[in-house]
Amino acid sequence: MTKKQKKVLIRIIIAAVLMVALRIAYHFLGGGDAPIIKEPFWFILYMIPYGIIGYDILKKAFKGILNRQVFDENFLMAVATIGAIAVALVQKNGDYTEAIAVMLFYQVGELFQSIAVGKSRRNISELMDIRPDYANIEVDGKLEQADPDEVEIGTTIVVQPGEKVPIDGLIIEGTSSLNTVALTGESVPRDVFAGDEIISGSINMTGVLKVRTTKAFGESTVSKILELVENASSRKSKSEEFIAKFARIYTPAVCYSALALAILPPLFQVIFLHASATVWPTWIYRALTFLVISCPCALVISIPLSFFAGIGGAGKEGILIKGSNYLETLSKVQTVVFDKTGTLTKGVFEVSGVHHNVVENEKLLEYAALAECASSHPISKSLQAAYGKEIDRNRVTDIEEVSGEGILATVDGVRVIIGNDKLMHREQIRHINCHSIGTILHVALDGQYAGHVVISDVEKENSEKAIAELKKSGVKKTVMLTGDAKAVAESVASKLGVDEVRSELLPSDKVSEVERLLDENKGGKLAFVGDGINDAPVLTRADIGIAMGAMGSDAAIEAADVVLMDDDPLKISKAIKISRKCLRIVYENITFALVIKFACLILGALGFANMWLAIFADVGVMVIAILNAIRALRVKNL
Amino acid sequence: MKKTYKIEVDCANCANKMEDATKKTEGVAGCTVNFMTQKMIVEFAEGADEKAVMKQVLKNCKKVEDDCEIYL
Repeated sequence: MTKKQKKVLIRIIIAAVLMVALRIAYHFLGGGDAPIIKEPFWFILYMIPYGIIGYDILKKAFKGILNRQVFDENFLMAVATIGAIAVALVQKNGDYTEAIAVMLFYQVGELFQSIAVGKSRRNISELMDIRPDYANIEVDGKLEQADPDEVEIGTTIVVQPGEKVPIDGLIIEGTSSLNTVALTGESVPRDVFAGDEIISGSINMTGVLKVRTTKAFGESTVSKILELVENASSRKSKSEEFIAKFARIYTPAVCYSALALAILPPLFQVIFLHASATVWPTWIYRALTFLVISCPCALVISIPLSFFAGIGGAGKEGILIKGSNYLETLSKVQTVVFDKTGTLTKGVFEVSGVHHNVVENEKLLEYAALAECASSHPISKSLQAAYGKEIDRNRVTDIEEVSGEGILATVDGVRVIIGNDKLMHREQIRHINCHSIGTILHVALDGQYAGHVVISDVEKENSEKAIAELKKSGVKKTVMLTGDAKAVAESVASKLGVDEVRSELLPSDKVSEVERLLDENKGGKLAFVGDGINDAPVLTRADIGIAMGAMGSDAAIEAADVVLMDDDPLKISKAIKISRKCLRIVYENITFALVIKFACLILGALGFANMWLAIFADVGVMVIAILNAIRALRVKNL
Repeated sequence: MKKTYKIEVDCANCANKMEDATKKTEGVAGCTVNFMTQKMIVEFAEGADEKAVMKQVLKNCKKVEDDCEIYL
């Protein structure tokens, strides 16, 4: 608790004790026909706890009137309580407890709100506790701590075990494991070696790393993320705007109704029904309960708090949502459009099959890898990766590359021909066509067909599950867009269970395809998921753009509305579930608060509700709404 | 031009009121008050003297909510 909060708590306790003590004393000494202690003694005594608990509110209300800001909650509370005291004085029943209780509960509510908000604010900033405080720079063999902001690009920094990586860079010395849980929600540490790029915000766990910085601190991943998260709740959702507008109308409307309630019904009774003037206090009392109910606090605080908690909870899972408005849109998504490469598939080519003929698989792969050793094509990289052993270039001679077809080379004295159909035709080698989908590399050894290697872009492990989860969470249609060949695209789509697929698209076709889908799907919202590198136009065109695997990619963070920090496509359905939970809480709170408030207003007008019920309608509803809002932070098991 | 200021305000409705008051101040093109992060993002109109404008903003905010602070 802060100092301010403690002070309020002490005031609440003192006032509560005094109030109860006075009530008991009044029961024995002041009640009945022959009170031992008479008025105005009680009135003066009761004013002590009232003053203790309410002086700041009365002061604020008075200042508000001077500044012509009448309809604020301080004013409402001041009028309601002073009014209640006045009614008690007129009716001579000595019941000042109500006025004090209203003030008391109001303060309890305010205190609770301030603690709850402070707590969730801290909670979320702890989640996002990735801001590095310093960077170690080696000067004359000694480490010196420098402000990350002042470290220039290209400086060599040292990151010791247990420290946060302060700036994005390239490892020049050392190996270690990095904990990226704060960035991606992924708890398995990542092993890094010299030559690897590392991202600021991750925590170095085991070894000392020397890093050459590649970016300034302000451009580093950690700064971008912090900026994004901190500004997220500034983009307000429609629900928040609705509540702000509602509050602006609601409070004055209830105040005028209260005024009308205090004047019109008793006037009517006195003039037309010849009632005595004693009906006034009853109606004034009813009007005062109106004022207590009229505070829109529950709504005004719980809605932004829900969004804030939802965004914070998502952040913990490695899902960065750029604003409350996007959280709202995300909850209405019914169509999800995917880019294939890099989103549903890994985007790197891998040897997915070796179909041998005369030699063993390993041998075939060895010849292929060796023959391709001089090429920088992604395909030869994947061959070398599949081979997995050191490549001895001295074994390879007479390399001849035929552009667009393949390679001829001599490996260990064996003439190797490796390439596609065209090359095989030209070299007049009878080859077997493969039924697998992907890029087929035929291999011939000394003019004899030896088999082929299938290279394809493989799906991510979670892609199939991700599509199934999306379906389960109520997404109606999934579409895959790709620039890849039709056969490849359709095989991937049917394997993963995607509803529709469009293949052989140019980047501009993707935009028009998304536009067509937007037209088709007027009711729900459309989300586009891409890897963010060349999808920027589509990401902006869709109702909501989701970029994934965005660690370190500035372009993606700029263009997308939702950024998934790691590559896992399962996070898409998770993001949608988080948004739905958050929005459900928002609607629960709006409905709950409005129903209770209007019910109490009606009961109050009819005379069934006293001030105690009114204070529940105000403070009780607010407390419940806040507790409900905080639920949005818990998203782990969604 | 946009600038972010740290603020201190106790209630969410007061934050909404501050936002309104700031928007109405001359020289301000737009404003968002973020109650949860206690921040105020002010967009200044072209050619406005931000220091003078912020002084007026603070004055107007104090009018609607006496108990608020903007750290200039």
